[in-house]
Amino acid sequence: MIRTEGLNIHLGDFHLRDITLSIAENQFFVLMGPTGAGKTVLLEALAGLVPTRSGRILINGRDVTRFPPEKRGVSIVYQDYALFPHLSVGKNIFYGVHYHRIDKDIARRRFSELVEQLNIGHIVKRRPGTLSGGELQRVALARALMVNPDVILLDEPLSALDPVFREEIRIMLKTLHSTSRTTFFMVTHDFAEALSLADRAAIMNQGEIEQAGSMQDIFSRPESTFVADFVGMKNIFSARFRDREAQVGKHQFETTLRPSDENGYIAIRPEDIVLSTTRLDSSIRNVFHGTVRRIIDQGFSYEVHVRADDMTFKSMITKSSLFQLGIREGADIFLSIKASAIHVF
Amino acid sequence: MTRKEPFFWITVSCGVVIMAFILLPLLQMITAPSLSMMNSTIQDKDVISSIWLSIYTALSAAGISFLFGTPLAYFLARTDFRGKRLVESIIDLPIVIPHPVVGIAILSVAGKNHWFGQIIYELGIRVMGSVTGIITVLTFVGMPFYIDAVKDGFESISPRLENVSRSLGASMSATFFRITFPLAWRSMLVGIIMCCARAVSEFGAVVIVAYHPMIAPVMIYERFEAYGLKYSQPVAVWLVCLCLLLFVVLRLIALPRKGEK
Repeated sequence: MIRTEGLNIHLGDFHLRDITLSIAENQFFVLMGPTGAGKTVLLEALAGLVPTRSGRILINGRDVTRFPPEKRGVSIVYQDYALFPHLSVGKNIFYGVHYHRIDKDIARRRFSELVEQLNIGHIVKRRPGTLSGGELQRVALARALMVNPDVILLDEPLSALDPVFREEIRIMLKTLHSTSRTTFFMVTHDFAEALSLADRAAIMNQGEIEQAGSMQDIFSRPESTFVADFVGMKNIFSARFRDREAQVGKHQFETTLRPSDENGYIAIRPEDIVLSTTRLDSSIRNVFHGTVRRIIDQGFSYEVHVRADDMTFKSMITKSSLFQLGIREGADIFLSIKASAIHVF
Repeated sequence: MTRKEPFFWITVSCGVVIMAFILLPLLQMITAPSLSMMNSTIQDKDVISSIWLSIYTALSAAGISFLFGTPLAYFLARTDFRGKRLVESIIDLPIVIPHPVVGIAILSVAGKNHWFGQIIYELGIRVMGSVTGIITVLTFVGMPFYIDAVKDGFESISPRLENVSRSLGASMSATFFRITFPLAWRSMLVGIIMCCARAVSEFGAVVIVAYHPMIAPVMIYERFEAYGLKYSQPVAVWLVCLCLLLFVVLRLIALPRKGEK
């Protein structure tokens, strides 16, 4: 279990402000945010590698705020693996055993279990300099888990890997988490990664936590424009609300909910905006007419920008639909949005 | 092949001139003394003791730099603080101060007119005209070279390795001895070579602090003054040969083995 209470950290010009988080035992928690948001700083603060100015850090009920890194029961795995280059893979994995007073037989059993689970039996005698990215990351994980930590901190463990290894390590992380009692705390800037791994998550921006909660909540109920944008709601408009209606410029949207305040925002995922060449014959009330302004090729799909009076919508469409509908820049088009697809806050 | 521009030939010819400028005097000096002269010189007890004193004092200076400079180099490589640049400049000061000035400066604190000089005098330490004095001077001029080399070495080791070691349960000192030192010892050896090389070549500061006992450069100077070029050459050749041998051996140890990174 990890708890931080009103944590403040000052590093030169960079500040982390009032970080309060609660992570249950054996949870897979993901901290997300853009590069430079302060994610790694918070991770290193949990490990005791960065001094805190005020606030508390509790790990499994123990106040470790003033503890040195070696007394916290926290292992860290870096994006660049940080394996000890002068030691063999086996010695890297065994490195921490000495300090944790682990019985030799137990350590040996644990070692062979981890080596088998992570499939690194064939490289234990080799030096890190000769290994591939995927192998390095598996060794780093084995080394961290070998000492049976209360918490394992993962600093963007997938981002330095080739796509082939990334998938492999992602599955491995999921398995390791389900077979150990360790709490996993992972930092990433990749929302898709978080979605596939995390139970709970927090989103950080400029040194502050924007929102924390279940992955589902963050994905579908963002509380700020920053989080909405981060989780892929590319259409965010400030709106005035009256009953179940939101007024954006000249347009009115029917929504299923409304925020407590009269002024707020609506946010819509691009994939929830349906494009059609004629007005759809359906119960959808939010239908607008506009002109295609831009079509951006995104590989498997296209992003289509549609201008309707004073608003620009971004919609996502598959390659085949684009050709079927004959959508091209300058064409007239209808947009349909279900009331339930409009998130309000 | 494309025709080279004149600029290319300018760069090459400058290179040739500089090579000749360095090698010609050295080759001339090394080949000038006859083998029999070399042989009789090395049997001269004064020569042996002065060369030995040179090597011994230079190694001592490197040893002191290793003991005191290593922690400081580590501190400078890992810590940022206000005034760090100033501290680094102070460490490099001995490199830019003219050599006789170094001698004068050391004597002015080691003399009996200074409180520090009085204290060490009471403790029975003599700087003027002693081996202690020579080692003091050589440490003064050699230490910056050691600290700079080792600081670069520490800086090239990712602090993340130390972070991981700490999080795995190792204390700060255990981390230093199990991770940092094994990864940095080569740069320490390079630092020792740099420090020794600088110390062995020191003359100006040493003549002021201790003309006797005589280190090799002072003896070379004395023989040149008293008997001329011919008699100073063999001593010089022996000093250069022995120092080169020492540095080559140290350098070979410092080379990375096959398969190591």
